[in-house]
Amino acid sequence: MVLKPEDILRIAREEAERQRSYRYRINVCCSSGCLPFGALQVLKAFEEAIKEFGLQGECRVSRTGCVGTCSVGPVVLIEPGGYLYQNVTPENAREIVKSHIVSGKPVKELLYANEAFFKKQLRLVLRNAGKIDPLKIEDYIAAGGYSALIKCLTKMTPKEVIDEVIASGLRGRGGAGFPTGQKWNFVAREKNTPKYVVANLDEGDPGVFANRTLAEADPHAIIEGMAIAAYAVGAEKGYIYVRAEYPLAVQTLREALKQARSMNLMGKNILETQFSFDIELRLGAGAFVAGEETGILASIEGRRAMPRPRPPYPATSGLWGKPTLIQNVETLANVPLIILNGGSWFAKIGTPKCTGTKCFSLTGKVNNPGLIEVPMGITLREVVFEIGGGVPSGRRFKAVLVGGPSGGCLPESLLDLSIDYESLTKAGAIMGSGGIVVIDDESCMVDTAWFFTDFCVDESCGKCVPCRVGLLKMRNILERIMKGEGRLEDLDILSELGEYVRDVSLCGLGQTAPNPVLTTLRYFRDEYITHIFDKRCPAGKCFRSQVSMKEAP
Amino acid sequence: MSGAGTVKLKINGVEVTAYEGETILEAAKRAGIRIPTLCYLDGLSNYGSCRLCIVEIKGSPKLFPSCTTPVSNGMEVITDSERLRKYRKMTVELLLSEKPHVCAVCVANGNCELQDLAKEFGVDHLRFDREWTRQKIDLTHDFLVIDNNRCILCTRCVRVCDEIEGVHVLDIKARGKDSQIIVDMDEDWGSSRSCTSCRKCARVCPVGAIYVRDKPISETKDKDIAQFIISRRRR
Ligand SMILES: Cc1cc2nc3c(=O)[nH]c(=O)nc-3n(C[C@H](O)[C@H](O)[C@H](O)COP(=O)(O)O)c2cc1C
Ligand code: SF4
Ligand code: SF4
Ligand code: SF4
Ligand code: FES
Ligand code: FES
Repeated sequence: MVLKPEDILRIAREEAERQRSYRYRINVCCSSGCLPFGALQVLKAFEEAIKEFGLQGECRVSRTGCVGTCSVGPVVLIEPGGYLYQNVTPENAREIVKSHIVSGKPVKELLYANEAFFKKQLRLVLRNAGKIDPLKIEDYIAAGGYSALIKCLTKMTPKEVIDEVIASGLRGRGGAGFPTGQKWNFVAREKNTPKYVVANLDEGDPGVFANRTLAEADPHAIIEGMAIAAYAVGAEKGYIYVRAEYPLAVQTLREALKQARSMNLMGKNILETQFSFDIELRLGAGAFVAGEETGILASIEGRRAMPRPRPPYPATSGLWGKPTLIQNVETLANVPLIILNGGSWFAKIGTPKCTGTKCFSLTGKVNNPGLIEVPMGITLREVVFEIGGGVPSGRRFKAVLVGGPSGGCLPESLLDLSIDYESLTKAGAIMGSGGIVVIDDESCMVDTAWFFTDFCVDESCGKCVPCRVGLLKMRNILERIMKGEGRLEDLDILSELGEYVRDVSLCGLGQTAPNPVLTTLRYFRDEYITHIFDKRCPAGKCFRSQVSMKEAP
Repeated sequence: MSGAGTVKLKINGVEVTAYEGETILEAAKRAGIRIPTLCYLDGLSNYGSCRLCIVEIKGSPKLFPSCTTPVSNGMEVITDSERLRKYRKMTVELLLSEKPHVCAVCVANGNCELQDLAKEFGVDHLRFDREWTRQKIDLTHDFLVIDNNRCILCTRCVRVCDEIEGVHVLDIKARGKDSQIIVDMDEDWGSSRSCTSCRKCARVCPVGAIYVRDKPISETKDKDIAQFIISRRRR
């Protein structure tokens, strides 16, 4: 099938019309969070109930991606009206159809009650998540998908595309926050060919699932963003690097690529234009360091995912020595919106230096955990206490770890900190790939620092001395303190080692891994002191306190 | 020397002219300024793992490995400072405590680059507990031995075997603290069919991890071997 830009726009119109003709749309989340709780059975139950009541022409039941409230899955969203049902069972399905669809009376007892969860969110990257069927390209197209690519291919030069991205102020969502447009410029001006675009979907941080969710919910947003990036920098080939532990994301992306190819949106002479671009999936075996930009390159080339020193940067010498653009998938999913609405529209969202939104995986001791998307510049307090609904009753908020396993533990006094790259870094945390873990007073901060340091010890690639040995020694000292064998000098050595590992390590893993230790030393020093002098864990967590409790008469 | 293809920079306040594309380490070396190194070896690709050669560049709070950072015009490099010395000493201490480095019972005693650096930085005791690793010691080759319990993972052996001898017998397995040098697909050295027994690996190993059995190490170590071979091949 050879399609032209007009054909895609026509398909969009027709599909949108067809969808408007349904009185109700029943969206059953079948993303990784809801699947294990029986989402597919719920989907089937809805389809059967619709048939039973003879509503096939009036209702569309579809599988969709994550709505964000995964902890109360399976989740079902009924449009119009945005009715969100939680913990839906197959039995509920019939009840919902009977009451909500047939009699127009939503089943109140089953509705998601935490309105606050959505109130402060701004869902741009996740615009389609939970609303479209990720396995139907028509759904994406009907929602305006691929019109940004068409606009680029038919109305904009590569330079204009880059200028628009620069104007948007978009910065990389993979952690470091490098200006995206500027990176595109670097790759675009390279003479060496072929060039490559790599979408980074490794997401090795534990407890972080925003990128996976995005791929499962809206794969075409990533693909479209990649195609636009490829057009802008002059690449003909792209790779999406996904960890193999994300089978549903892999399957969804694979199907999406197939559909994009069948519609001429991928491959040779896309939509009859001069632009050719195709994407290959590469599965990673699942090492945290494989997400580091030079690590990912080595892995795609079929080598050990070991980082290498930069320069040369991938923009000049990436895959097989060729100019390569590496971008996080969330960054890429922002691109179509920027092209459609303009860079200046995007630049107004968030803060002046940190535009747009950011997806976070909100977990830990919080009432409404899940996947959220918020404008940059929102405060931690708003995220933890308004969106997250605070700490479950009976417990007190103690700290919040921002930025995944190598993020920083920030205390209550910093809750009014604005979430942007600079403020977080100043406080000792990082944006990372967007993990926010809420910690309550039941947790010991030494134990927390040990837990994340231990993760990084396991994940260190072993190439450079500071990260390989320095972190190991930090972990061992923490262990000693937890056993009640700590010495006061240990605190100085921990800070000295932490600063050394941060400053001297080769790649971002080592450079950020000391953050949990450094921030707990900074904000929760008294807990270390209690462990060392009183040989006691204030939270009653550590080895020694368990031992002494047993020993106590 | 100046003009096309060269750049001017300052190292420790002294103006130095260097070739474009050269590393800071190379430029410093030609100017007679020594920067401590361990994983670097003239003639092999640059690896950047030991972090001993870190330097400061004016205008940046970051540290840069001089063995992999290219020179640029107007750059002002500092190769020695209190901070750098403190960090280099830390690296040596960490390496010494990563494995059971007991110099008294090491073949390389007196001919060891790690030992030399420990002396240079005044490491008189270790602030960290030593790890008593039990990694593989391969004694199956006729005369070559690898004792991973002394290896500092600089990969000089891996690189010399791959890039100079051209056979890539050696590599690393596992990761992090469990990383180990292996022969072929982690087989016994004695049964290796790819090893040419050229001894280059033993000649470049900075410590006592790969050595030729029953030979004084002072005779078998030769860290200029890679550069020597390359210069001969060019003739
Ligand atoms: C240890 C480590 C792991 C990383 N993992 C990821 C990852 O899973 N996904 C990602 O997009 N970036 C990851 N990064 C950041 C990448 O190196 C790189 O900065 C990013 O992919 C660039 O894309 P962006 O500019 O769109 O953020 C990681 C970095 C480090 C040091
Ligand atoms: S910092 Fe850690 S992960 Fe990165 S190169 Fe060094 S050892 Fe490897
Ligand atoms: S003896 Fe030569 S061929 Fe054998 S492992 Fe050593 S360097 Fe490689
Ligand atoms: S065996 Fe020697 S040369 Fe090889 S990595 Fe270990 S210390 Fe370096
Ligand atoms: S996975 Fe279903 S709501 Fe997140
Ligand atoms: S000599 Fe530069 S990092 Fe080892």
